Amino acid sequence: MDAADSARRAQLLASVPSYRLCIGCGACSATCSAGQFTQFNIRRIHTAFNCGQTDTLAEQLDSCMLCGKCMLVCPRGVNLRSLIIRMRQLLAN
Amino acid sequence: MNKFAIIGTGPAGIEAAATLAAHHNEVDIYEQENAPLGNIRDKAFLFPNFADADEVAGRLLARLDHPLIHLYTDKGIDQLEETPDGGWSVNGNTYSRVLLATGYRTFDAGRKEELGYGIYRGIRSSLEMEQMLREQKITNANGDKPQRIVFLQCVGSRDEKTGNLYCSKLCCVTAVKQAIETRKLLPDAEIFIFYMDLRMWGQHYEELYRQAQQEYGIRFVRGRISEAGGTYDGRVQIKSEDTLMGLPLKITTDLLVLMVGMEPSEGTRRLAGQCHICGDYGFAQSIDPHTDDNRTAHRGLYVAGACKRPMTLTDAIADGRSAAVVMLAEG
Ligand code: SF4
Ligand code: SF4
Ligand code: SF4
Repeated sequence: MDAADSARRAQLLASVPSYRLCIGCGACSATCSAGQFTQFNIRRIHTAFNCGQTDTLAEQLDSCMLCGKCMLVCPRGVNLRSLIIRMRQLLAN
Repeated sequence: MNKFAIIGTGPAGIEAAATLAAHHNEVDIYEQENAPLGNIRDKAFLFPNFADADEVAGRLLARLDHPLIHLYTDKGIDQLEETPDGGWSVNGNTYSRVLLATGYRTFDAGRKEELGYGIYRGIRSSLEMEQMLREQKITNANGDKPQRIVFLQCVGSRDEKTGNLYCSKLCCVTAVKQAIETRKLLPDAEIFIFYMDLRMWGQHYEELYRQAQQEYGIRFVRGRISEAGGTYDGRVQIKSEDTLMGLPLKITTDLLVLMVGMEPSEGTRRLAGQCHICGDYGFAQSIDPHTDDNRTAHRGLYVAGACKRPMTLTDAIADGRSAAVVMLAEG
């Protein structure tokens, strides 16, 4: 954790404050359209981002179709679509 | 002499009535159903000690058997209002003190459409599971013995989508209790509990959880079920993620049991609303949850039990007694 990149995390939370409420329940990844056919796991990705482990995330996020199904089941009302778009932006910089 | 009215004959209402009567007060207690007791009638065994629910219910009922207690069943409350002289009128009868003990109802699982309740017969609510446990007969959609049973926590609680952000407090330990009871009836079945967090806050709850793991072989999976649907042969397919493994999973089961949360009952909503003592989510509100938890913003109107918030039977009984003491002290 000492080595983690917390600046990007702060930027992510600033633009998608609902992500603060995530409890890592895995409903998003369970229901995810892309995850049905590939190894793509949105919960693992946002958890890794949150912990500053961002190495291969940009590439992984390419599998997301932004369909928004994950948002429909999230019990904490996390705005996942915005979260994904913002993660992509931050990873591109 | 004061005349007291109690609305609701669950554990809180009964205990309050018995306490008031023991102090030589006349009490009228109203029940909208045709029999007293409320939700406890649906239970088979009580956590954490597997007490026979009927036996406990019988003991509660015996508390009503007192010459100063007058029980009115089939008496819904049409009218509840303050009288000009500071008393209360309930269905046209006047009282000096009224206690609201109108309790809770369980969440309607059909509101979580993605979980398939009411559509597929292999998907049951924890209420229906309790009924099967009362009958000591657990069956799947085809009427056969299930080989695999999955319990899902937090249905209608801790969920933005249903508007109920709160934890219902009892369903975690209820699932563990039901899973153990299920194991006793089905020694060879596979039994899973899918959870987001396990809240074993009460005395002996954590021990029950340990027992479920150690003696009864219940398997705990840390993940929320996002969807469930029927298969062609009457089973249920579930999507979840084992978040500790980091792997999405599909599991097919004979029975999916949805642990439904607690919401204010219709009566609670209506009467609390009418008297302007509505708190969060339609529950009734006391003056202060720490130090003044039975009086309300209105003189002479009191609240007790699960009409205020999710509460165990044990706590509801204690709260009913506490309300009676406060009512007596206020003279
Ligand atoms: S469904 Fe919501 S709370 Fe659960 S892991 Fe996904 S984002 Fe977090
Ligand atoms: S928006 Fe992306 S992460 Fe969410 S369900 Fe669709 S594909 Fe999966
Ligand atoms: S008691 Fe357990 S199952 Fe019930 S709402 Fe709370 S965490 Fe969920």
